[in-house]
Amino acid sequence: MSHDVLVALPIVIPLATAVITLFSYDSRAHQRIISTIGSGALLVAAIALLWTVNQDGILVSEMGDWPAPFGIAFVADLLSSLMVLMTGLTALTVSIYALGSMDPRRESFGFYPVFQILLMGITGSFLTGDVFNLFVWFEIMLIASFVLIALGGERPQLEGSIKYVALNLVSSMILLSAIGLLYGMAGTLNMGDLGLKLQDVDQPWLVTTVGTLFLVSFGIKAAVFPMFFWLPASYHTPPIAVTAIIAALLSKVGVYALIRAFTLIFTQETGYTHQIILVIAGLTMVTGVLGAVAQTEVRRLLSFHIISQIGYMLVGLALLSPLALAGSLFYVIHNMVTKTNLFLISGVANRLQGTYELKKLGSLYRYHPYVSVLFFVSALALAGMPPFSGFMAKLTLVRGSLEIEHYVIVAVALLTSMLTLFSMAKIWTEGYWTPSPAEVDGELPPGVEKFPGWTRQMVALFIPIIVLASLSVGMGILAQPVISLLVDTAEQLLDPGLYIEAVIGDEP
Amino acid sequence: MTSLILQTAARSLVAVLLLFSIFLLLRGHDEPGGGFIGGLVAAAAFTLYAISFDVPSTRRVLGIRPQMMIAIGLLLAGGSGVFALLTQDPYLTHLWYDLDIPGFGEVHLGTFLLFDIGVFLVVIGTTLLVVLTLSEE
Repeated sequence: MSHDVLVALPIVIPLATAVITLFSYDSRAHQRIISTIGSGALLVAAIALLWTVNQDGILVSEMGDWPAPFGIAFVADLLSSLMVLMTGLTALTVSIYALGSMDPRRESFGFYPVFQILLMGITGSFLTGDVFNLFVWFEIMLIASFVLIALGGERPQLEGSIKYVALNLVSSMILLSAIGLLYGMAGTLNMGDLGLKLQDVDQPWLVTTVGTLFLVSFGIKAAVFPMFFWLPASYHTPPIAVTAIIAALLSKVGVYALIRAFTLIFTQETGYTHQIILVIAGLTMVTGVLGAVAQTEVRRLLSFHIISQIGYMLVGLALLSPLALAGSLFYVIHNMVTKTNLFLISGVANRLQGTYELKKLGSLYRYHPYVSVLFFVSALALAGMPPFSGFMAKLTLVRGSLEIEHYVIVAVALLTSMLTLFSMAKIWTEGYWTPSPAEVDGELPPGVEKFPGWTRQMVALFIPIIVLASLSVGMGILAQPVISLLVDTAEQLLDPGLYIEAVIGDEP
Repeated sequence: MTSLILQTAARSLVAVLLLFSIFLLLRGHDEPGGGFIGGLVAAAAFTLYAISFDVPSTRRVLGIRPQMMIAIGLLLAGGSGVFALLTQDPYLTHLWYDLDIPGFGEVHLGTFLLFDIGVFLVVIGTTLLVVLTLSEE
């Protein structure tokens, strides 16, 4: 298949799916089927893209046949196609989960079209090779996620979505100003061309100043310290399928943008900028996990964990060594799988016991052992225990940091993972071991249903969870191919010449 | 609120505005104008109708739901780029044909017109979806 098709498909498929679901706006049944097929097709297209990029190297498609750097080029390197693949995977699992968990009212008010538009915004952000175009995809993503968070119109939802949109608008404004400054300085917004032109400027500190503006703006999107407060204030309010998809993908788009910008464009004064990123990464890890330890509501607790994990994802970027960067990328992938799964499982627990409050949950281990096993796997994976994916991610990152003798960040990372384990153990004991408050004399009162049975709804809830849990086991046990792919990705990132050559070519 | 003067004026104004919006849409081909601005003018025409008459009759005049307009518009705009994939060009590359209509002259046609009509419909649909929903509240 032609390369242009491969690069365009991850954006065209969600768009087409959104259009078809809009055409069947009156039929919820049709929308459900179409949306699931669309997400599946996205996953297939993403696999084909990653496969080809891994074989043939970086793919470039110049939209509308306008040559780069004048037109907008879409660039699929290993990092982009890997992120698109993860988007496809979470999209498919959450689509299936939504079939069993989304309420009819939200479905008939356009949940599925907006969901697909959100996916389009995300894949677009990953694939674009133009800074201004990245801003546009960010806005598409922001608007779609705003609608998803507010859809349903419950009071806490509206409160959360206003905080969410206000903070993200500030971030977009900073980004827009930074893009303006960058264009004034370099006269181009094509990422590859920027990387080329900014290599030898007279005043590198000016570029670094603009770079810090990008750091602030992407930092707000990625929810890093000290600009993370919007995330736990909004992520727990919408239905769990929405929380899962935005938790899995949105902050990772911010991380992706940071990695892209600070490996390709702002490489003038790495000693300065990457020191800042390292400090931010450490503080993000610690504050995130401390916030999580203090929470008693499962979704809020997990939201704080997202922040803490973002810290891990930045360590590799700050250290700029292939192995540490590979470790951080492993964290991104691992987190997309595990965190999505933990949210989905907490949704199942809520379905079974009607609450997200740790105090009101209980006895899940006794009545629902399979749910417990699935939670146990994901929780240990998140805390980085062997043999699950989190352990391999942590091991790679720690080894990468030790190799270049950054002992402090290693200590912080290990302390954070201890605290992560502690807060996962808190959910485990409170939700799974302690007797449910509904029990009388150690037994559930008659009339309280233990398990609704294997209805089609329950099957739709469990399939994605089982798939994600096995992935998190699989990535831990068969880590070798994953790590070698990620090291390739990291090496490609650390050699921006490859990207520049693919986009601009050999011309001066 | 119904005002006879406004209603009478609106009847003729709506027609002029709609005609002007189509003029803007086609002019956008090579000169300032285009689907976006044309769509806004067309949406303004329907909004004027909604103000001077009422929302149900505006929906009747429109004859199609705003959601459906968005869907058709997105289909046209997104679909116009797909032709390029068939000719092995990058997505959204537009193909041009010079059509010779006897007695009219040469017409420069391209898949870009589909894109612009798509944008036109999406803008009308989105604006009217917001306006009509809010005025029904």
